[in-house]
Amino acid sequence: MSDALAKIPATIAPPRPAASDRLKFYGIWIGAALALLVLPKLFSSGGSLTTFSLIGISIIFSLSYNILLGQTGMLSFGHAVYYGLGGFLAIHAINIIARNKFAIPLPLVPLVGGAAGLVFAMLLGWVSTRRSGTAFAMISLGVAELVASSALILRTFFGGEAGVSANRTKVLRLFDWSFGPQIQIYYLVAAWTLIAVIAMYALTRTPLGRMCNAVRDNPERVQFVGYDPHIIRYIAFCFSGLFAGIAGALAAINFEIANSAYLGAVQSGTVLFATYIGGVGFFIGPIVGAIFVTLLSLGLSDLTQVWQLYFGLIFIAVVMFAPGGITGLLMMHRPLLKGGTLSRVLPSYLVAFVPTLAMITGLMLAIETTVHFTVNPGEDSHIKAFGIPFDAANPAIWAVAAVLLIGGFIIARKTWARVAGSWDDALTAAREKGVAA
Amino acid sequence: MSTAIELRGVEKTFGITSVIRNVNLTVAQGERHALIGPNGAGKSTLFNLISGYMKPSVGSILLRDQVISGLPPFQINRRGLSRSFQVTNVFAKMSVWENLRCAVLWATGHRYAFWKNVDNLPEVRDRTAQILQDINLVSRRDVPAGLLTYAEQRALEIGITIAGGADVILLDEPTAGMSHAETERAVALIRRLTEGRTLLIVEHDMSVVFGLADRISVLVYGQIIASGAPEEIRGNPKVKEAYLGEEVA
Repeated sequence: MSDALAKIPATIAPPRPAASDRLKFYGIWIGAALALLVLPKLFSSGGSLTTFSLIGISIIFSLSYNILLGQTGMLSFGHAVYYGLGGFLAIHAINIIARNKFAIPLPLVPLVGGAAGLVFAMLLGWVSTRRSGTAFAMISLGVAELVASSALILRTFFGGEAGVSANRTKVLRLFDWSFGPQIQIYYLVAAWTLIAVIAMYALTRTPLGRMCNAVRDNPERVQFVGYDPHIIRYIAFCFSGLFAGIAGALAAINFEIANSAYLGAVQSGTVLFATYIGGVGFFIGPIVGAIFVTLLSLGLSDLTQVWQLYFGLIFIAVVMFAPGGITGLLMMHRPLLKGGTLSRVLPSYLVAFVPTLAMITGLMLAIETTVHFTVNPGEDSHIKAFGIPFDAANPAIWAVAAVLLIGGFIIARKTWARVAGSWDDALTAAREKGVAA
Repeated sequence: MSTAIELRGVEKTFGITSVIRNVNLTVAQGERHALIGPNGAGKSTLFNLISGYMKPSVGSILLRDQVISGLPPFQINRRGLSRSFQVTNVFAKMSVWENLRCAVLWATGHRYAFWKNVDNLPEVRDRTAQILQDINLVSRRDVPAGLLTYAEQRALEIGITIAGGADVILLDEPTAGMSHAETERAVALIRRLTEGRTLLIVEHDMSVVFGLADRISVLVYGQIIASGAPEEIRGNPKVKEAYLGEEVA
């Protein structure tokens, strides 16, 4: 009997990963570690090191947010609270360590931020995680406003408008690393990013992680398989706070300052934005989103003064046309790639690309022209947006913008309909070849 | 024989509407008990009361001589009572395998563990595989539950209900909407999976009820008007009048 029982699962249960799969799995992590190690050798300028550090911080923060949104189905409007409190506690920790000459090196300070995020999540999360959906979202917003406004009132702790600053080089030195130069901060952030990403991935593979998904899909049913959805949401919330606190501490170390902006609505909005654009349905989604949004915000702000408007437009476009985010769009192509029918849709993409680009160009022209006349009406009309100079007062430019926008829209609609058609054909062909979608 | 479920003077009112009125019901351990009655009689409400989804307004419900009325559903489930739903209620985006595994995790004692790899739990794996085979969905193991056919979803629904190993099972219209052939398969499945357990089943299909049940209770307008062996119920004039009518006569 026990023999028979032991034999059944061998064929029915999903196969255990083969040695080659395991190798591939660990290879990815080792590859990521190596990539992080050599990245500064390829891009060694101070600017790119700062960018990489910001991306690392954003990756941890976005992944921590996705523990809530993508994995447990909780939409939070106040995740920056735990990020910000982590940052403030880290700054105070650095100052205390430096003042008392405690034997604690800088790389351990993110633990203080993580602990702060965890403790505040434990305190503030119990009530809000009773419900998911609108109730949770509203409470998260209320708590965020409460904490953000107290940041301006409790000056001794939060430092008011100016915030609290610290000197990270005054902490105990480790192997002669002062953590003054950006390259050392880069490695500090990179190491913590790797640790946090591995930890958060591992979390998804635990009984708790699986039950988080179950709560997301159907909290009602979870109660009838023995679980309290409130407890599951609460533990997920605490983990989310922990990792957000680590991210906030790293940001505080990077900038050597923590101020009320860390806790604010903009920060909470940005992490929602990055996570959603990347794609909440895949573990890698928030990583993609963090990279994309960080690069975009650094890049766009140099090119146009209304970069936040473009951010908003991108967000709306993703919500409307690609609810799976960038990762979702890429993953859609997997069955086609496996079935070898990807080449059938590519021409239609190229055809659709031209009018879409025209439409977007027209839109950008229209936006920049409008901005000129509404924001800086008195200034010279020869403006430069996205590095291209043009005369915003020239009616010909207005006409071009209108033609591109309207013409592009009309043609783009038709071409995208054709993309959908060839997409269906390609998917059907891939299915016929036996590729599961 | 000892009692599995006992309802003592249970009433449920929504506002001024009484849905369940003074229901007394006893289901013995190991018995297959069918609950029948016309639409709107309160059968699903009664299930909701027993499983903790709703609290009775008056009266008490006992599971193996312990009061469970007032407890939340997950605590009732942990005490060994599991229910299915009339409208399929699964984890739509998760695979069949994951659905069943979620139903196994608490019972195997892993609770809210965040330090164990869920793929490395042999007893969870074996038990999930066993249930998967029992409900004949081996070939659909990796398909998201939301993409299964209706009959397959109903089978999964039963699988999730029994996976935790509860010994008191409540099935709410498990064969509703199934074809004749599908119903036959489902009944065979239910018969096999509830072997040695206590079953309380709501069912409209009289061939299923009379084929499966050891005892039958008839619920009409929130009241149990008769309770007994299938033959007694078939011959009961009150039941004939109130519910079965020409169908069985």
